[in-house]
Amino acid sequence: MSMDIKAPLLSIEHLTLALPGGADRPHAVRDISLKLEHGEVLCLVGESGSGKSMLAGAVTGLLPHGAHRQTGRIVFRGEDLTQRSASAMREIRGRDISMIFQEPMSALNPLQTIGSQIEETMRVHGVLARRHERSARAARVVELLELVGLPQPEWLRHAYPFSLSGGQRQRVLIAIALVLEPSLLIADEPTTALDVTTQAKILELIRQVQRKRHMGILFITHDFGVVAEIADRVAVLERGVLVEYGEAHQVLNHPRHPYTRRLIDAIPHGRFHGRPIADDIPVLLDVQGLKKAYPAREASSFAFWRQRATVPALSDVSFTLRRGETLGVVGESGSGKSTLARALLRFSRVESGHIRFEGQDFAHLANKTLRPLRRHIQMVFQDPVASLNSKQTVGQIIAAGPIAYGVPPAQAYRDARDLLTLIGLPEQAAERYPHQFSGGQRQRISIARALALEPKILVADEAVSGLDVSVQAHVLELLQTIQQKMGMALIFITHDLRVAAQICHRIVVMRAGQIVETGEVAQILESSQHPYTQQLIGAIPGRQSQRGERTNAATERACSVVTLDEQRIR
Amino acid sequence: MTRLFWRRFLGAPRTRAGMAVLAVLVVLALIAPWFGTSPWNMVAAPLIDPLTQWHHPLGTDMLGRDVLTGLVWSTRASLAVGLAATAATLMIGTVIGVLAGWFGGWLDDLLMRVTELFQTIPQFALAVVIAAVLGTSLNSTVTAIAIVSWPVVARVVRGEFLSLAQREFILAAHMVGQRPFTIVFRQLLPHALSPVAVLGSLMVGNAILTESALSFLGLGDPGLMSWGFMIGAARNMIREHWWLSVWPGLAIVVTVLAINLVGEGLRQALAVSQPTWRGGR
Repeated sequence: MSMDIKAPLLSIEHLTLALPGGADRPHAVRDISLKLEHGEVLCLVGESGSGKSMLAGAVTGLLPHGAHRQTGRIVFRGEDLTQRSASAMREIRGRDISMIFQEPMSALNPLQTIGSQIEETMRVHGVLARRHERSARAARVVELLELVGLPQPEWLRHAYPFSLSGGQRQRVLIAIALVLEPSLLIADEPTTALDVTTQAKILELIRQVQRKRHMGILFITHDFGVVAEIADRVAVLERGVLVEYGEAHQVLNHPRHPYTRRLIDAIPHGRFHGRPIADDIPVLLDVQGLKKAYPAREASSFAFWRQRATVPALSDVSFTLRRGETLGVVGESGSGKSTLARALLRFSRVESGHIRFEGQDFAHLANKTLRPLRRHIQMVFQDPVASLNSKQTVGQIIAAGPIAYGVPPAQAYRDARDLLTLIGLPEQAAERYPHQFSGGQRQRISIARALALEPKILVADEAVSGLDVSVQAHVLELLQTIQQKMGMALIFITHDLRVAAQICHRIVVMRAGQIVETGEVAQILESSQHPYTQQLIGAIPGRQSQRGERTNAATERACSVVTLDEQRIR
Repeated sequence: MTRLFWRRFLGAPRTRAGMAVLAVLVVLALIAPWFGTSPWNMVAAPLIDPLTQWHHPLGTDMLGRDVLTGLVWSTRASLAVGLAATAATLMIGTVIGVLAGWFGGWLDDLLMRVTELFQTIPQFALAVVIAAVLGTSLNSTVTAIAIVSWPVVARVVRGEFLSLAQREFILAAHMVGQRPFTIVFRQLLPHALSPVAVLGSLMVGNAILTESALSFLGLGDPGLMSWGFMIGAARNMIREHWWLSVWPGLAIVVTVLAINLVGEGLRQALAVSQPTWRGGR
């Protein structure tokens, strides 16, 4: 791994990117200068719209339509990339500079096997591309799958993306990015769509691979917790302007710019400030022995599939909720927490068990009898886009509930406007359509819709997971304020223990449809009994982690093999 | 959103061209009596060549009826049949699609099997049989067209309902206690109707074609002058007096083309009726 250490790997000099007319500002980024050394991880941090993905696009020559470079140079290994033609950039992309994207679910072609998608990069760049090199190509694929820690690589080569989980797909994408041993890896929010435990594993993988290969990584994120895990150096972007740039420990511990400080403060602190719930407060919701299993598919020959299909969604779930209490339901995706939410809201029926609310058993009421009672339990959904009807105005969306319960429409619309003020949006928002709002604002609208019926229980299903950390902090604050004001109970479903710890009185930890641990927040965080809970706590990003001392044997071995192979591949 | 839709819809040159042609056709249909009190009147010598006499610019047919008058009056028949048949088709199709998609279960099974039954029979053959059985009248033509065309609409509406039913905003409508009736009409139908509108716009053209074909075969309303009837009447002398078939043929082509242009414009405008969400988190 002897490289020219003197020149930086990537140096961006006075780069200004222009946005097309009609955008919210003239420049995506303005006069940015950055350096990335060999074997270094540079974190590019900022909220949505700060221009960080644009900057990555400029480096790879993949700017979105309408945006273009106005001034500045992008020097990669001593060569100005801005002077390269589109076809010359294509040669570099995938070979010297490669990328990992945010959405592992949509970044793989569902109709091609994992193996052929990994091989594609080799074929495109003419590496091991000839017919008689087929077996060498296959061997390389297996090697890479092993490197990224995927089980049964021989199997996996012939598998299709649908049989993989989000975290596994992200590993495949990392494998694809590593095929040709790039010297620069651009990772655009690679863990944002994953849950916390998977995120921790993927971050560890990226770190390991980076150290083995001495790659430079440009890591884009909005989460300072992730920055603390992985960064050597940090660059903070605010609306296209570089506001802070320096060594990671310095930026994290002594941020100079207020914007950086704000982003760091937005990291969920995991400390609960609230009055505990007294034992004599009456139980509002009593859930006993909920059971539900999704119909298992026909046994297929593929192992992943079979394993997942046999997991029951809920098995014997019981808990109670007191008036005014906030209960956190924590678990990874697939732990059954969303199934639980759907059962509580009676979007789907359970096989057995009871959901007792004010003397009624919600689990077994007929639809007709249930409808008048639905107002007492309301939900804030995860997806801020899909949960609002795009053809209705915000006013119509919020007023729909009260109107259904017989409030005169004029009154309902007046109340909707008041609610908008309560959740921090202008009254005029009532006349606009959902797509005119940002993700955080949409989540506020979703909260307003739930509040319009003055529910006694509010269920928030991953309500802040899709949002930037800073926006997330605001929405959490809003939920807390409203809960105190209206005195309702809150069931807060999340994969992020930090967030749960911050606003919940009690937490139940779910895994594979079962509750593995229940307790007060402090008790869970400080003396958790169950290994799974401890694993969740360990996955919280930004806890001063021991950087990359753990290496798994497969990675070790595969890395050395690959290094020997380097000449053959180049 | 609606403003954006209209801008996308009316902004496309193809939509404008189609709309312009349709506007001309509608005006012609309205002022038809101005061209002649009845298309059936024998006003001149038979078989006058087109572009030879000022009073009969497109000539006359074998019975001395003015061809231009006939064409203009036919516009009425064609547009009326096209719109009425499409309205009837959408009505039947939407009702059946909504019932199947919303209630599901055995009702869905039953309705979809019936739909498939209709889809297995060649459309035009069925239309001919129905028109023959019901007798030759405007109503029977419209009925025949509606009966053979509704299955597509029913399938589209049902499909939309099934895919929308699990979307979070529909769950939310249940959550806030909206009644099924309200959910169907206020939440589901507005979404399902976009593809139906596109389908319907293209169906008008289809209905006009079917009507022409039925009239050509002599199964149309004998009291109604239509393009298909004109072609049918002229088919015996297509070698000596070909223009008698060409004029109504051209009229059909232009009308159906205009309708399809508008339909296509509608489809494209609705396809992206709102800016895609840029989720760079």
